[in-house]
Amino acid sequence: MTVLGVNLRSWETLGTALVGLVMLVLLFAGPHIFDLFLLFKVTLFVAMAILALSMGFIWGYGGILCFGQSAFYGLGAYTYAIAVGNIGESTGPFFLAIIVPAAFAALLGYFMFYGRLSDVYLAVVTLAVTLILYNFMRSTAGEEYVIGAQRLMGFNGISSIQPINWPGDGNALFFPDEIFHLAMGCLILCYFGLKLLNRSHFGRVAVAIRENELRAELLGYDVRLHKLQTFTIGGGMAGLAGCLGVNFNSFVNPDVFALNFAAEIIMWTLIGGLGTLVGPMIGCIGLLMLKFEIGQQQITNTYLIFGGIIMVFVLAVPAGLLPTARMLAERILPGAGFGGPGGGGRQEAAR
Amino acid sequence: MDTAALLIIEVLNGIASLALACAGLAIIFGMMRVINFAHGEFMMLGAYTTVVCTKTLGINIWVSMLIISPIVVGIIGVIVERTFIRFFYGRMIDTLIATWGLSLLLIGIVTAIFGNIIEGVSAPMGSFEVGVYNVAQYRMVLIGIVILLFIGVFLVLTRTKLGLIARGTMQNPAQASVLGISTQRVYMVTFAVGAGLTGLAGGLLAPISQVIPTAGAAYVAQTFITVITGGTGAVTGTLVASGVFGTVRQLLSYEFTPVLGGVGLLIVAVVMLRLLPQGITGKIFRRSL
Repeated sequence: MTVLGVNLRSWETLGTALVGLVMLVLLFAGPHIFDLFLLFKVTLFVAMAILALSMGFIWGYGGILCFGQSAFYGLGAYTYAIAVGNIGESTGPFFLAIIVPAAFAALLGYFMFYGRLSDVYLAVVTLAVTLILYNFMRSTAGEEYVIGAQRLMGFNGISSIQPINWPGDGNALFFPDEIFHLAMGCLILCYFGLKLLNRSHFGRVAVAIRENELRAELLGYDVRLHKLQTFTIGGGMAGLAGCLGVNFNSFVNPDVFALNFAAEIIMWTLIGGLGTLVGPMIGCIGLLMLKFEIGQQQITNTYLIFGGIIMVFVLAVPAGLLPTARMLAERILPGAGFGGPGGGGRQEAAR
Repeated sequence: MDTAALLIIEVLNGIASLALACAGLAIIFGMMRVINFAHGEFMMLGAYTTVVCTKTLGINIWVSMLIISPIVVGIIGVIVERTFIRFFYGRMIDTLIATWGLSLLLIGIVTAIFGNIIEGVSAPMGSFEVGVYNVAQYRMVLIGIVILLFIGVFLVLTRTKLGLIARGTMQNPAQASVLGISTQRVYMVTFAVGAGLTGLAGGLLAPISQVIPTAGAAYVAQTFITVITGGTGAVTGTLVASGVFGTVRQLLSYEFTPVLGGVGLLIVAVVMLRLLPQGITGKIFRRSL
């Protein structure tokens, strides 16, 4: 049975519906089942999950290995902080935090894709740009670095950033549970938006380019423009994540542009499973929770355990969590169609 | 006049230390295509070896830097390659996550053994005068060592049977194994040599840099950017790229601030990759190594 081109009986659809259901339950039940401290943490996880989604989209479906997805997150965060510090009402800054990173992604993407940079060279350029922002932001402690009324504050970071308020009323600030609702709502929109996009003509062409760039080009598709569009969407989404991330603790510092954070986003995607949308979210939340847990114990240092776990994981589950789970399910129930259209993207993108 | 001479020394020194930090990576990533995210940690291990040998064991600093550091890190390289890295050959992106885990583990182990800080070593030898300025003799020696090192690596790769086998195996492993070469052993030796060179770099830079468990992070990005901008000819490319980046960084640091020097390096890298998308040796010096 198919409705609007969606096969209602496939496992893929069932999986998507399940993910949607879990997110909806969390959206409404979240503030009731989590205490305030946990709610803050979950809000951060949700913001990071949006960032992971954006990476899963541009890399897993678009085949673009961007080593600087955190740059767009950071730009979104800083844009919101600076704009809200000047305007004092958050509706404009909220949208600016999406538009500015997206515009930056478009500009950077124009140079890269129309210069035909690919693979590891593209990764290096995006990393270099991220580190330029890192170095620059760290050196802006002086009083001369001011945008409007908001100082950039260098490596100290901008603190006491005003949270999001109800549109039009600068005094009606969001409470933590309302920020959580907003973040969760954004995550649901992003997830289903990308699901729809991947089912559309645009998404299919993106996957075709990922699989074989030359063939897609010879079939008459403008590969450069297509990649640029994919990259821009990813940049805007990462900016949104940054805006929500700032609202978690009203603070942003240049560490959002640091190498570690940039690498972590790639790890989320690889661990969860490249070529899926749920995978990167699982990888992201899993790794973040692990980090929090390890950070709380006093027995031995964080690096040792974290590094060891990652090494064992990459040996044991090389394909990532979700594709491995699918493979196991396929072995137990042959022919049930667990593969999904995005499956197997890992090998392709890794080439 | 004095200032000009000093500036030239500074620039040469900047180029030398960048090239030195990149040498091991040029082998491990440039030739073997293993994205070694633990490159900085290998350097850190080299630096710690030098510091421990000199301070705790009382061994001569030159022996520690030039002999013990490369051997120790080379052995660590063999162990890591046999037990871990070899499962990831041909899976370039997977090596990224694997070696990221490795780098965290190495930081963790060193922190567990030595703690967060350790007393560093000071540079051997005194200084000489350039007009009104004082320049450490060690910095001049460092430039000489780097020149010799690169000549050595180049000669080994081009003039010896070992180098020929290594290059052949990296180019076409299947063909090499058909000709009766144990590619596994070649990979192991090449990785060990790359790790050893990295250890040497760590040891030599220990007196003029900060020795802490997380010191490696400072090197990872700039060394990868340099080697990749160098292109497919790992040795020549790395040397040329180091020359360009080292000059830019040092001149900007002198004129403005070290921060701007670092930013300038990255901007030049982005522009160069836009102009030469296959790296320097993709366009110029194409037949080089």
